[in-house]
Amino acid sequence: MPLTDSLRDDILAAVPSLRAFAISLSGNGDRADDLVQETLLRALANIDSFQPGSNLPAWLFTILRNLFRSDYRKRRREVEDADGSYAKTLKSQPGQNAHLEFEEFRTALDKLPQDQREALILVGASGFSYEDAAAICGCAVGTIKSRVNRARSKLSALLYVDGAEDFGPDDTVRAVIGSNG
Amino acid sequence: MKDFKAQTTKKSAPGSKGGLNQEIQARIGHQLRAMYDDVVKQGVPDRFADLIKRLDEPPQGGHVAASESERRD
Repeated sequence: MPLTDSLRDDILAAVPSLRAFAISLSGNGDRADDLVQETLLRALANIDSFQPGSNLPAWLFTILRNLFRSDYRKRRREVEDADGSYAKTLKSQPGQNAHLEFEEFRTALDKLPQDQREALILVGASGFSYEDAAAICGCAVGTIKSRVNRARSKLSALLYVDGAEDFGPDDTVRAVIGSNG
Repeated sequence: MKDFKAQTTKKSAPGSKGGLNQEIQARIGHQLRAMYDDVVKQGVPDRFADLIKRLDEPPQGGHVAASESERRD
């Protein structure tokens, strides 16, 4: 369909969550915004292939996800978030404890296999249904469910360790990493 | 498809590898959404608003096929 005013508004409205998805995937604010820009250019160039009335956010997320994956294969995360550029993109600076906790969470999230990370983000943060997430990732619904479950249990092992009551977060993470070799 | 949320009455024993601790899962979910929503709340940076506005202009001598007459009201 042609780019109508309302379609353009809908695309604009999806930009904040596209950025959040891109940053969650890549862990790097600058790269994430390049990814969003590329996504928008692709979407607008291929707007004729968008089916009116279908799920626009899911269509845009699919484009971004595929771009990220082809980019990822090329670059292999050579640019890590070494100087905390991701944290700098956050507006509300959390207190120090919350900030530490956030860094640990981010670190643990980055340790997940990419398939599991994207499934968890789509379902747990973006709010897509399992069906939509499966369509975005081009896999079966059952595959998405199992990736989300594995992501959750791996994160809980990395961050909290089963049943630990009085953990020190740093020690916990180190212990898990160490014991897993 | 419906998920069975009700099957949480069985408390997982401490140290059991089986059931995921509900409280830990709630914390993970909260942290994930907090990370995500922090970015969502930043809204649309000018960079992207400008980009879409610019591309919305009809291309001058562009390669866009004019197979259909486009009406824009």
